[in-house]
Amino acid sequence: MSELVILLIPLVATFLVCVPLPKRWPMGVTVVSCAALLILTGRLAWRIAGGETLVSTLHVGMLKWIAVDALSALILVLIAFVATTASIFSVGYLTRENLTARKLRLYCANYNLFVFSMLAVPMAAEPTLVWILVELTTLCSALLVSFANTRGALEAAWKYVLLSLMGAGLALFGFLVLFAAMQAAGGGTYTWLGLLAAAPKMPPVLLQTAFVLILIGLGTKVGLVPMHTWLPDAHSQAPSPICALLSGVETTAILYVILRLFPVMKAAAQSSAESWAIILGLISVGVAAFLLLQVRDYKRMFAFSTVEHMGIILTAVGLGTSAGGYGAMQQIVAHSVTKSFCFYAAGAALMAVGTQEIAAVRDLIRRSPAVGASLVLGGLAIAGAPPLAIFLGEFAILKAGLAHGRYIVTGLLAAFIVIAFFGVMLQVNRIVFGAPEDEQPVSLVTVHAEGEQGVPFRLPFSCRLALILGAVPILLLGFYIPAPLHSLLALAGGALFP
Amino acid sequence: MSDATNHLLENLNALAGGLFLLAAYGMIAMRQVRGCLNLFITQSLLLAAAAALLGLRHHSEHLYGVALVNLISKPFIVPWLLRKTSPAEIYTRREVNQALNIPTALLIALALTILAYFLGLPLSNAVAPEFRGTNVPIGIAGLLLGAFTLTVRREAVPLLLGILAMENGAFFAGIAISRDLPLLVELAIATDGLIIVFIMGVLTRAVQQHVGTTAVGELASLREAPTEAAQEEEEAK
Repeated sequence: MSELVILLIPLVATFLVCVPLPKRWPMGVTVVSCAALLILTGRLAWRIAGGETLVSTLHVGMLKWIAVDALSALILVLIAFVATTASIFSVGYLTRENLTARKLRLYCANYNLFVFSMLAVPMAAEPTLVWILVELTTLCSALLVSFANTRGALEAAWKYVLLSLMGAGLALFGFLVLFAAMQAAGGGTYTWLGLLAAAPKMPPVLLQTAFVLILIGLGTKVGLVPMHTWLPDAHSQAPSPICALLSGVETTAILYVILRLFPVMKAAAQSSAESWAIILGLISVGVAAFLLLQVRDYKRMFAFSTVEHMGIILTAVGLGTSAGGYGAMQQIVAHSVTKSFCFYAAGAALMAVGTQEIAAVRDLIRRSPAVGASLVLGGLAIAGAPPLAIFLGEFAILKAGLAHGRYIVTGLLAAFIVIAFFGVMLQVNRIVFGAPEDEQPVSLVTVHAEGEQGVPFRLPFSCRLALILGAVPILLLGFYIPAPLHSLLALAGGALFP
Repeated sequence: MSDATNHLLENLNALAGGLFLLAAYGMIAMRQVRGCLNLFITQSLLLAAAAALLGLRHHSEHLYGVALVNLISKPFIVPWLLRKTSPAEIYTRREVNQALNIPTALLIALALTILAYFLGLPLSNAVAPEFRGTNVPIGIAGLLLGAFTLTVRREAVPLLLGILAMENGAFFAGIAISRDLPLLVELAIATDGLIIVFIMGVLTRAVQQHVGTTAVGELASLREAPTEAAQEEEEAK
């Protein structure tokens, strides 16, 4: 029962980090548990890519609602990967903050709980249970977002919790209506598979209402425009490793729940799911692309780029073909690994210069070549430059759109992607290569307070390790997709449109 | 059970629904934080009563379970948890400047209720006849009014209660249309509500400690263009 062990590890780690031992203990436990998770989920995904399907054989209580297929295995591996690199990055990031042992234990306990809640979302197969787990991801991460306890962090955390829970309230009603639809269709077990079987007989009114409620409710947490207002706040105020988790995999894990409804809608008598996805997706991409042009804070910039990429993935799914599904899966993988890397680079930049304001940072490449170079790589990768991972994903999606004859959708999507590319690269270029202005603004003085000018900034070893580990898949997936990953992507994309 | 008894039970359920809606209105209009909490407790008790009445009507043990879970968790554990986590003076607070004045807010709430009726009608018609009734429109109204509460209130506790009121609304409709949801799930959802109270209570305390206010709705320093207040704060540092 390796899938049960996956859920147990972060829970055990949560208890272990609470043991009052020297300061290295909680971070060490967290890194080890995340690495173990990466190995276990990787093995699980390997088996599933080889054609096995795993449905729990346990029939006790809630355990009978655990099931893993290709789509969930893909999300699990991504969560474990980002959790591992983020925990390594946390080691160096938190050392500089000089936290008390208690505060450090709090961080690690919350971190492990958050990882647990995210891993549980794709593993649970009962929709209302999934809803509870989605709520848990919000609640477990709230205190991590507010971790710095500054005015900004607290405000961001409050907005995050309030809007996510408000969306979850709508989604709860959606899941109850879905249950009613299932009963109206003659019942069966209320799981994702059961829904698929019952879909053709469901009353269309109930199914449509449930879909729209869940799309809007959970879409709030995914950051779809116009429900995205909390996202740039929370994803910019949290500590950088947490931003990587929030932006890289939490949004994806919630989007996964929405994606689960697409095959159900496809099997139903009549469905407008794909139009909804394309409209909401394109609006998100478009609005985020234009907002990217006018950001003033580089962490907010990466947060808006998350909104953009969630929109791209949703649009790809809305194409409704298996090629679109494959492209969406590829984009999900590429976005998770790239966005987490971007936030490590942003975190490193924050450590080097002490401010998140784009206007206050210039000529970063001279002050710290390593940080400047990784910010450039992150910017290029997330904007979609070849030959990096995101480029292949976006290319696959645009190709699928053209092959399907959706010229307007594809054209708009391509235009927005280009605008976003310029938005991101413009800001990154300014930060890294921009010449320092002659008359230095007042804020620049405070910037240099962190490290005296002339003294080169040394990035802690663990942060460098996290950056290197994070860069591997970005570079690799840009020109080569390993065979097991390919079959996993194909299976997961195929699960969307059977 | 005879037809007359069934009829009586259905009418009592409808009465509970009417009062449920009234409590939702009260939570929008009530300025006192403590009054708001009392209204929320009343609303939860009415939800429990409606679940028990429907359980009696349809002989559903599952609905008794829902009633029991609601009876214990919301009126008792929620206020206790709030007192444990959030600062004590939060109850004595009175909200003077809401986003909208009370008559306007109530008029919008009225419009939302009418909207909920029209949204609920097709849903009600799609389920089997024995599930039809007033529960679905009232539940949707509760959901929408809860969401509306979140947009007009500024104090932490009424905002938190707005979230829980949304859940109450979803369940008020849920007890009519999805009766046989596993009780385990129901219990998990109730636990989840308690975690919401705990986390938001802790956040409220942190906001009060570090920012010095519990009117969290008025925090607005994060946006694209830095506001004057935020700039002043930067300079003060």
